[in-house]
Amino acid sequence: MEPILKITDLRVEYRSREDAGADLGVKVAVNGLNLEVRRGEVFGFLGPNGAGKTTTMNVLLGFVNATGGSAELFGVNVREPIARQRIGYLPELTYYYKFLTAEELLRFYGKIFGLASAELEKRIDHVLRLVELEHARKRLIRTYSKGMQQRVGLAQALINDPDLLILDEPTSGLDPLGRMKVREIIQRLRDAGKTVFFSSHELGEVETVCDRVGILHEGRLQVEGRVSELTTRYHTNLEQIFLQIIGYRPNPPATVTCA
Amino acid sequence: MNKIFALASVVLRELYRRKDFYVLFVIVALITLLLGSVNVFNDTQVVRYLKEVCLLLIWIAALVIAVTTAARQIPGERESRTIFPLLAKPVSRAELVLGKFLGCWLACGVALVAFYLFFTLITLAREHSLPLASYFQAFWLHWMMLAVVIAFTLLGSLVFTAPSVNSTVTLILVTGVLLLGRHLNKVAAQLPEPLGLILSPIYFAIPHLELFDVRDLIVHNWKPIAWTAWSLATLYAASYSALFLGSACLVFRRKPVN
Repeated sequence: MEPILKITDLRVEYRSREDAGADLGVKVAVNGLNLEVRRGEVFGFLGPNGAGKTTTMNVLLGFVNATGGSAELFGVNVREPIARQRIGYLPELTYYYKFLTAEELLRFYGKIFGLASAELEKRIDHVLRLVELEHARKRLIRTYSKGMQQRVGLAQALINDPDLLILDEPTSGLDPLGRMKVREIIQRLRDAGKTVFFSSHELGEVETVCDRVGILHEGRLQVEGRVSELTTRYHTNLEQIFLQIIGYRPNPPATVTCA
Repeated sequence: MNKIFALASVVLRELYRRKDFYVLFVIVALITLLLGSVNVFNDTQVVRYLKEVCLLLIWIAALVIAVTTAARQIPGERESRTIFPLLAKPVSRAELVLGKFLGCWLACGVALVAFYLFFTLITLAREHSLPLASYFQAFWLHWMMLAVVIAFTLLGSLVFTAPSVNSTVTLILVTGVLLLGRHLNKVAAQLPEPLGLILSPIYFAIPHLELFDVRDLIVHNWKPIAWTAWSLATLYAASYSALFLGSACLVFRRKPVN
């Protein structure tokens, strides 16, 4: 099956500066990354903070240019806006026009995708029902709770009925109920045959919803494969595999003496 | 084109949900009404004075709206990080710049219509005559001048990081061009050689915004200017706006968003 997301020898460098402005030289955020995600897969993109996950996503979305290698969505170079026609993106934090209502925001994004009016209204109703925000559709986003803002984010990511969803830590900062709701939505999307590429630090969640995972560390893909294969190969759960790969060594227990 | 209109509609919605425009409109209305209430011996000169002051206030208010609205568009998107979900859609950076420009220009048009309607009502109450052609020309050229200012401000917003710096620099430059632009060549002629040589090309390169200032037509009830001149001025504004917008698109194309 043809991959719908393909990254080949991706390298991203940037000039690092300290707060005072002094040049710290060139840093490599992503180095020789090769990755393919096929239709209908839920792919978990894992790694500690600073591993290069968000940089990779930024390249996929055209926010930053790759220093080397290539990235394609649906066989189209990510630099072309048309490559983003069939994707939905949910950023890590909620960044939406707070002076708009959920309905207005979705109508705006729908128009950007070139959806016809009648179809757009149907899509708005559908995604608001999916994320359980119908009751608040006419309220300004600035009045929403964090969980509601995250759900409006999911709704905007789904407005064009995308074939590929890119979710950057979709459950970050949510309470257990909010997390469960987002997880349910991802599972429903998987059941509907959508492809999901998402990063997360919630390894239990990743184990539940992902078909395949890739663990990135210091800009390099250390391991990649089906969750079941990895747990069999390493004889442990995903969290322990993750800790092994990033080279975590627990500190020896401190000796506590009582006076 | 639909994407550009969609982007413009968000700018318009933001303007009417913010308070800036209403505050400026109320200030202009209050000052004009206050001045209008002073009727010294029913002297026509006083009516002209009133018209002049009211138009000056409209020019200042429109300029402030244009610069402040345009200056915060792209930096605002970056600061609030709304640019990320937006650019993750099939929209190019050039479309984003054009959408922002159209939105700001239309927003300024709406504000100008409100200001000029108010001005017309005030004038009608005193003069009982309305030279429509002159009013239309003054309004249109004013709006075209704002197009150049908005395009320039959008370009500035991609060069300067802070919107406040961009607003200040743009307001100083625009005011400088409006007040001194027409005299630059005379100054250049009087300056010693190296300085004069630098100033002369600047005179020919800058957009002469003062050409769009035809307030005198309505202050003195003069006949409208020739429609050919009006059309050429429109073309002149369109050319400069296109130049600034093209440069903005080029600058933005190379800029990482994060």
